[in-house]
Amino acid sequence: MILFLRTLLGVGAGLGAGLCVAAYVGESPWKVFKVLMGSSFGSAYSLGTTLLYAVPLLLTGMAVAIPFRAGLFNIGAEGQLTIGALTAASVAILFPDLPPFFAVLTALVAAALGGGLWGGFVGWLKATRGSHEVITSIMMNFIAAALASYVALYWIKDPSSAAAESVSISESYRLIPWTLFEGASMGLALPICLAIALILHFVLERSVFGFRLKAVGENENAAQYHGISRERVWIESMFLSGALAGLVALPEVLGNAYKFKLGFSPGYGFVGIAVALVARGKIIHILWSSLLFAVLQKGSASLDLETEHLNRDIVYWIQALIILGVSAEVLWSRIFQWRRERNRRKARST
Amino acid sequence: MIEAFLFPVFRSATPLMLAAMGGVWCERSGVTQIALEGIMLIGAFFGAVAAYSTGSAWLGFAGGMLAGMIFSSIYGVMVLHARANQIVAGMAMNFLAMGVPPVLSAFWYGSAGSTPMLPESARFEWFPIFFALASVVVSAVLYSKSRFGLRMRFAGEHPKALATAGVSVLVKRWQGVLISGALAAAAGAALSLCLASSYSRGMSAGRGFIALAAVILGKWKPIPTALACLLFGVAEAAQIRLQGVVLWGTEAVPVQFIQMLPYIVTLVVLAGFVGRAKAPEALGHME
Repeated sequence: MILFLRTLLGVGAGLGAGLCVAAYVGESPWKVFKVLMGSSFGSAYSLGTTLLYAVPLLLTGMAVAIPFRAGLFNIGAEGQLTIGALTAASVAILFPDLPPFFAVLTALVAAALGGGLWGGFVGWLKATRGSHEVITSIMMNFIAAALASYVALYWIKDPSSAAAESVSISESYRLIPWTLFEGASMGLALPICLAIALILHFVLERSVFGFRLKAVGENENAAQYHGISRERVWIESMFLSGALAGLVALPEVLGNAYKFKLGFSPGYGFVGIAVALVARGKIIHILWSSLLFAVLQKGSASLDLETEHLNRDIVYWIQALIILGVSAEVLWSRIFQWRRERNRRKARST
Repeated sequence: MIEAFLFPVFRSATPLMLAAMGGVWCERSGVTQIALEGIMLIGAFFGAVAAYSTGSAWLGFAGGMLAGMIFSSIYGVMVLHARANQIVAGMAMNFLAMGVPPVLSAFWYGSAGSTPMLPESARFEWFPIFFALASVVVSAVLYSKSRFGLRMRFAGEHPKALATAGVSVLVKRWQGVLISGALAAAAGAALSLCLASSYSRGMSAGRGFIALAAVILGKWKPIPTALACLLFGVAEAAQIRLQGVVLWGTEAVPVQFIQMLPYIVTLVVLAGFVGRAKAPEALGHME
């Protein structure tokens, strides 16, 4: 409970500091807060659009959290989701005639496999060559961006479009948005991703796989003594992580754009790091922290329109300050300690 | 031919070398530094702002470095005093650096994407290149020949021994963080004051991360790290030269594959040639 309170304190401190910046450039913090909330939850349509940000962040948040448990830092979710979306779109364009249900399943497997191999490669490099995963996953991000640009411009390009995007995928691959959201492109992707999150929660907390992850993350040497191969855990967790990031194809390609658009992701992979951190690597907490960061993403677009002096980049400040606020563990624990001691002193003096 | 190739190589390697020297000192003192990329952006932006408002390239460069030191001291407080996870806090600093320039430049100049173009007199032609080479030479000498270098290395290798000798590990690590702030910001200022003629959004373009790769490649030693930077400089210069060149068949090499070149070189070199690079023993650990 205190841990949760500390997290909340960190989030509040970050948000507060971010709003102070808004005050500096001459925008009332209260107004900024109202714009953020209104544009995220104001109507069924805006709620649907917010969820359209939240679902990819749920996936990338898990993609960062799972290797984190094994002591790995995956900065490559951005590249993995690019490759996942690319493979899903390519498969859908290559085989346009699959029957509806089977088509979606094929695209999902392709997305998970593409992202998984992209991420697994990073784990493999660490396990066999000892290359640090932070550097290699960043390099893989750059390579993925260039590769995606090549494939989108030369192989699956829509010749009738001026933008760098693929031709549209056929009807049978498309997830139809729910009318509930009044036109926002959110539908089946939401329950599917929630189900994946719940399953993974139990896998991580209750299964042997989850235990091995945790064992390697907490103490590599102890895990090795007990016959758990850390190399295998590294490769497996990075594969799973990449597969999850790759599944961003589900809400984005199959559920929203119906095509691969170059640069479709507004940095989901990087924001996923913040999502996972605020949730302290627990899947259940990722459910709400992904929503928090989705509100920031969605609201930032409205800040461009509805305020005079602020642009969407203020959201980077807020995100960074929230991460710093939450990660300043010792600061908050000292404050709690100080209060506890004061209470003890009071108790003694009475 | 040599002039036409060597000059671009050194030009491309300049920001890498500066940032990488910062990385060497910071990581040698035992603090992981993945915020080089962000500090570069801060240096590029505030360097351009200072140069624009004073009309002097020198003041611009100094202003950029000062801003970098202030920025990195936020990181220092977070990791050395609040004990935040160093990679997490470093990523947060990178986020912050993506947000600070656009918001401020929209507020000051009415454009979120870039600062106003700098006049010729507020730019450098040569200085940052010399400065980078000097930083390598000075780092190399300090690293192996001075008490300062030895103590910095001990802060990262065996902090307890250093503390036992009566030297504050915390002070050494603060020095590492501040040096990395100054040098990485100088790298950014080199971008905006020498390689380009103003700050533009995202102009560091991953160079901070490549500099970090160079540090690992150079096994955290100044001279090998500088050589690794030159290797990446060659890859970048080659990337510019190769665009539109027909290597085989009839069509030019697609631009995307040329763009991948520096990153693939990094991956191959990290995976293939370093073997298991040994990081400073206490890197990333706080006692």
